[in-house]
Amino acid sequence: MPAHHPVIPAELPRQNVLTWLRSRYFATRRDAAVTIVFAAFVAWILWSLIGWALLDATFAPNAGEVCREDLHGGACWSVVSTRWRIVLFGLYPFEEQWRSAIACIVMVIVAVLSCLPWFWSAKRLPLLWTAGFAIFYVLMRGGFFGLAEVTEQNWGGLSLTIFIFAAVSLLGMPLAIVFALLRRSSLPWIARTMALVIDVIRSLPLLSIMFTFAIVLPFVLPEGLTGDKLYRVIVGYALFFACYQAEIIRGGMQALPAGQEEAAKALGLGYWHRIGYIILPQAFRNALPPTINQFVITFKETSLVTIIGFFDVMASGRAASGTADWNFAVVEMYVFVGLIFFVFVFSLSRYGAYLERRLGVGRR
Amino acid sequence: MAAILKDRRVRETVLQGAFVGSIILVVVVFAVTARANLEAQGLTSGFGFLERSTGWRISFSLIEYSTSSPYWKAILVGILNSLFLGAIALPLATILGVTVGVMRTSGNGMAELVGATFVELFRNVPLILQLLFWYALLLALPSPRDAEPVLGSIALTGRGIYVPGLNVAGGAVFAAALILLLAFGLSLWLKAKRWPNLHLKDAGRERGGLWVLALLAVVAAFWLGRLPETPFLSVPEPKGLNYRGGIRISPELMACVIAISIYGAAYIAEIVRAGFNAVPKGQGEAGHALGLTNWQIFSRIRLPLAIRIVMPTLINQYVWLFKATTIGIAISFTDFFMVISTAINQSGQTLELIAILMSGFLIINYSIAWVLNRVNAAIKLRGTQLRI
Repeated sequence: MPAHHPVIPAELPRQNVLTWLRSRYFATRRDAAVTIVFAAFVAWILWSLIGWALLDATFAPNAGEVCREDLHGGACWSVVSTRWRIVLFGLYPFEEQWRSAIACIVMVIVAVLSCLPWFWSAKRLPLLWTAGFAIFYVLMRGGFFGLAEVTEQNWGGLSLTIFIFAAVSLLGMPLAIVFALLRRSSLPWIARTMALVIDVIRSLPLLSIMFTFAIVLPFVLPEGLTGDKLYRVIVGYALFFACYQAEIIRGGMQALPAGQEEAAKALGLGYWHRIGYIILPQAFRNALPPTINQFVITFKETSLVTIIGFFDVMASGRAASGTADWNFAVVEMYVFVGLIFFVFVFSLSRYGAYLERRLGVGRR
Repeated sequence: MAAILKDRRVRETVLQGAFVGSIILVVVVFAVTARANLEAQGLTSGFGFLERSTGWRISFSLIEYSTSSPYWKAILVGILNSLFLGAIALPLATILGVTVGVMRTSGNGMAELVGATFVELFRNVPLILQLLFWYALLLALPSPRDAEPVLGSIALTGRGIYVPGLNVAGGAVFAAALILLLAFGLSLWLKAKRWPNLHLKDAGRERGGLWVLALLAVVAAFWLGRLPETPFLSVPEPKGLNYRGGIRISPELMACVIAISIYGAAYIAEIVRAGFNAVPKGQGEAGHALGLTNWQIFSRIRLPLAIRIVMPTLINQYVWLFKATTIGIAISFTDFFMVISTAINQSGQTLELIAILMSGFLIINYSIAWVLNRVNAAIKLRGTQLRI
């Protein structure tokens, strides 16, 4: 297919709702059968879901006894309305939880702002994230400006999840760029060693890397270098992230025509200028959809720290429904935590899909 | 000194030496520190501990295992369990994922809606949360005493799912799996080897014969491997507080299989959809012009082309999904990772066990990628038959 040819939008025949319905849902006899079967299936699921989640459900806080005696089998959202603070804030001191909430909102604002093309420059984006992260850390940690100090051991819930995600992104992205540059270095031994490191780390499960950094690293590091367990896990995760992201960036670089770098060389630009002004900006543009996808996966997989023993939003959800008086409402709690994740991840992935359409990457 | 560094070749050699050297230095520092720490704890390094007996139990095992079994056997049990889980969950994920992917490109509004909901729902929630959710649901099934058998003799209970099974030795099951795998590989090989000259009908007959032979061999393996003095077919029956007979699928295994296959299916569906969209429209239209039916166009033209287009992406996805099986530790499914972490707790031989874990995953993942790349090379279109 030739690369450039004008796309002429076809004159569509005027449609009314009926013809549209017919062509989309009842085009052939088999289509009609498929539509009816699926519609019945959807109706049945919706009906049972609405019944469970809304009609037969208990919403009032502190209604655990009511739920327990309720034999309708409706959802007991009471567990959420009673214990949502644990899910969102974990062990954070009660009077200080507003700080945790504001810190989360700050990071969400940073994430939303970085979706605006105005911020897409090598100076603005890192600045935005560093500033947002600093505000987040000061708010959460305290100890300044008359805020009571709350150490990392007491962080938990959604703010811990967001903290891990932000720290991994902030640490992992520069690392990924370095890895990608080393990987395509013209010096064979550097390129080969880096390729080996990247391939090995990429073929290991994230869980085993987190586990190694949390449990094994203090064992092999000289004393004084071990640091807090939380930060070790973050470093391990950032390393994992960087290896995946480095391959994505490398893919973006490979898609660049060789002429770009050659032209820059011919103009007498040095290595750093070529990389900083010619190669990386275009590589990132090429790699934008998979990069967003990588962030989506990274956010979801922060939940793995639960297994290493951290009190992120997943673990705190489990803890909130883990006591004897709420243990029957585990499923409701999982649905709530799932909704929290869904809101974040779904909006990010929709944004990625929008970008992909806008950049026309999917269209060949 | 400065003059030497101005020479480009010298500079490059120094740079490369420094880079590789610093990585080696890190490894050496790790090893030296670990050795010092080990000596402080009075442990000896090395792999001798693999012969010691473990003293802990494993709830699910495909091979004979007891508390007096050595460490290497426990690790083997873990590896087999991981492979077993992957061998069930990955094909299920593929079947479900291809179905949903086809639904999403079918042109039928209702099917597309259901497919899109499925994908968005299961792709946007962490796997570990889904796993815990399914596990909670499975544990909430009625106790064996209250469970009513469904579909004749399948019992869904909170202690596991009981299905009818055959009373055969483990070796026979293993042989049967091997035979089926062999038949699959052979059919691919036959097709690849003689593909351009083989008539469609002959190919069908040849492959049909191959599968009939394979099935006969499986039946023979089961019959030869049947356990003496028990009925060939074992059906679960309620006895006292529990079910007896049949095969018990533990809630842990079941939850892992459900979670991984659904989560994987959501990703595979998107890959398959992209593949179908990448098949040029003209291919299907040409089929229409030749008078093929819709089903023929789908099964003979669009599906084969789509599979070839998505194969490289799918291979990465399989490796990624296999790595995701480590999540089983969240509900105490004794997979490779869980056995290793238990062994670290019990024996303290941290470095050796981590080395085993990492090399195990490297070997398994590279093998998956290698085998699938061979499959890809075998089925991929040669020359310029497909112009995209």
